[in-house]
Amino acid sequence: MYPAPFDYHRANSVDEAIGMLSDIGEGARVMAGGQSLLPVLKMRFDELTDIVDIGRIPDLNQIEENGNGVSIGALTTHSCIAASALAGSVPILLDCASGIADVQVRSRGTIGGSVASGDPSCDWPALLHTLDAEIQCQGPNGTRTLDINGFVEDLYQTALQPSEIITGIRFKRPGAGSGGAYCAFKRCAPAYPTTSVGVQLTITDGQVESARVALGSSGLTPIRAQQAEAELEGQSLGAGQIGRAADAAVAASDPVDDQRGSADFKRQLIAHLTKRAIGIAERRASGEQVVNSHEYY
Amino acid sequence: MSERIGITVTVNGTRYEREVEPRLLLVQLIREELRLTGTHIGCDTSYCGACTILLDGEPVKSCTMLAVQADGGEVLTVEGLEKDGKLHPLQEAFSEHHGLQCGYCTPGMLMSAYYLLEQNPDPSNAEIRKGIQGNLCRCTGYKNIFAAISDAAAKMQTGS
Repeated sequence: MYPAPFDYHRANSVDEAIGMLSDIGEGARVMAGGQSLLPVLKMRFDELTDIVDIGRIPDLNQIEENGNGVSIGALTTHSCIAASALAGSVPILLDCASGIADVQVRSRGTIGGSVASGDPSCDWPALLHTLDAEIQCQGPNGTRTLDINGFVEDLYQTALQPSEIITGIRFKRPGAGSGGAYCAFKRCAPAYPTTSVGVQLTITDGQVESARVALGSSGLTPIRAQQAEAELEGQSLGAGQIGRAADAAVAASDPVDDQRGSADFKRQLIAHLTKRAIGIAERRASGEQVVNSHEYY
Repeated sequence: MSERIGITVTVNGTRYEREVEPRLLLVQLIREELRLTGTHIGCDTSYCGACTILLDGEPVKSCTMLAVQADGGEVLTVEGLEKDGKLHPLQEAFSEHHGLQCGYCTPGMLMSAYYLLEQNPDPSNAEIRKGIQGNLCRCTGYKNIFAAISDAAAKMQTGS
C-alpha cells in the first residue's frame, strides 16, 4: 500500500516545526515516530498535503526528574521509557511502556505521539489520567500547559490548537504508600487493547486516601471513572468496595461492538481488569514487587 | 507530484544515495530500489513483522516507516546476517530445527531473534516469546522457531 503523495519537511527545532506548520496550514500533519500516522497514510484515511517530521528535534527525548517532579520529552519512545530508571521505580509506567504493541513498534512510537493522536485506544492517554499528568504544548502563541483531563476532546480530536505541538509530559512521582497498575487485554501483541484500565492508589493506614481509575479503549475518548474513584476513597479495600468500583468503572465506559469484541464482552473485561488493577496497585502500594503488563491470547 | 528528497542510507555496510518520493516506504526502498528482496512485505498493516529490519541497531517494521525517516541511518537486513559465505548461527538453527515451513515470516523472525540475542544472549522461553511477539507465523505453531532460537543462543554462547 502506498500513501498518497505529500510534501515532506524535516524540522530541526520546535520553533522551526511550528513555523512550518503555520506556513502550510490545514493540510499539514506532525509526525514523530509515525507508528499511528503511517498506517493512516497507507489506508489513505486522512487527506493531508504535507508532513512535518519532528522526529529528530534534539532534546525532546529526555526523561528528567527534579525533586518529585517528572518530565518526559514528547519524543521519548516506549522502549526508552520501558528501559528507564524511572519506569523501574514507578511500575505503572513499566506496565504500559513494555506492553504497547510489540518490540518493533516500541522502538519507534513515542509518548507524545500517543497522546497527540487523540486515539482512545492508545495506552498513554488513559494511563496519564492516573498520574494527573500535564501536557506541555508549544505553538505560534508560545507555550502552555494543559491538564490531561479533557485533553482528548473527542475521537481523534485533542485540545491542541492549529500549529501547536506537544513538547513534553509532566507529573509528580507517586509518593510512599502509593501504588499503581495498568492492565490491558489485547487479541495479539501488535493489536490495540480490547480494553484497558489504569489504577493509582495512595493508601495510608489501610485506608485509600486517593484513587484514580482511568479506562482506555472503552469509548470515544480515554475515560476517567470518577465514581469508581469515589467508591474506593476513604475505604479500606475489600471485595465489596472493589466490586462496587468495578461496577462504577463499567458504568463510566461506553464501549461499542467491533472486531475486537462485543460491547458486552468489553464491559465484562473492564470489570475484570479494574479488579485486577486495584489488586496489583494495592500490593504495590504496600511495597510488594508485582510483574504486570499487557496480556494477550 | 511531491518533491523528491535526497537521502543516504547504509544497508548491510554499503552506502546508498537516492532521490526518493517522500511517500516511499522504507521496505519499498529496500526491495524495489536496492533490490534486496530478502525483506518481505506481509500484512502491510504493521501486524505481521515480516518486514522487520534493524535501523541503527533497533528493530523496526520497515513497512511502517518512510524511507526519508531512515536518512543517515544504518540498516541491517536478513541479507546482512551471512558473513563470508557462512550462515549466521540463527539461520543454521532455523534450518536444523525446521523453524519454518513456507518461509514467508522467516526474514523478520531472524531479525527479531538477532536483536533479542544481542540484548539478551541467554533468553528464557518466556523472553524468546516476548522477543518475537511482533512476528506472526501462520505455519509452524512457533514451537520449532522457539527451539531454533534457543539452540542458536546456546551455540553462540559456547562459540560452537
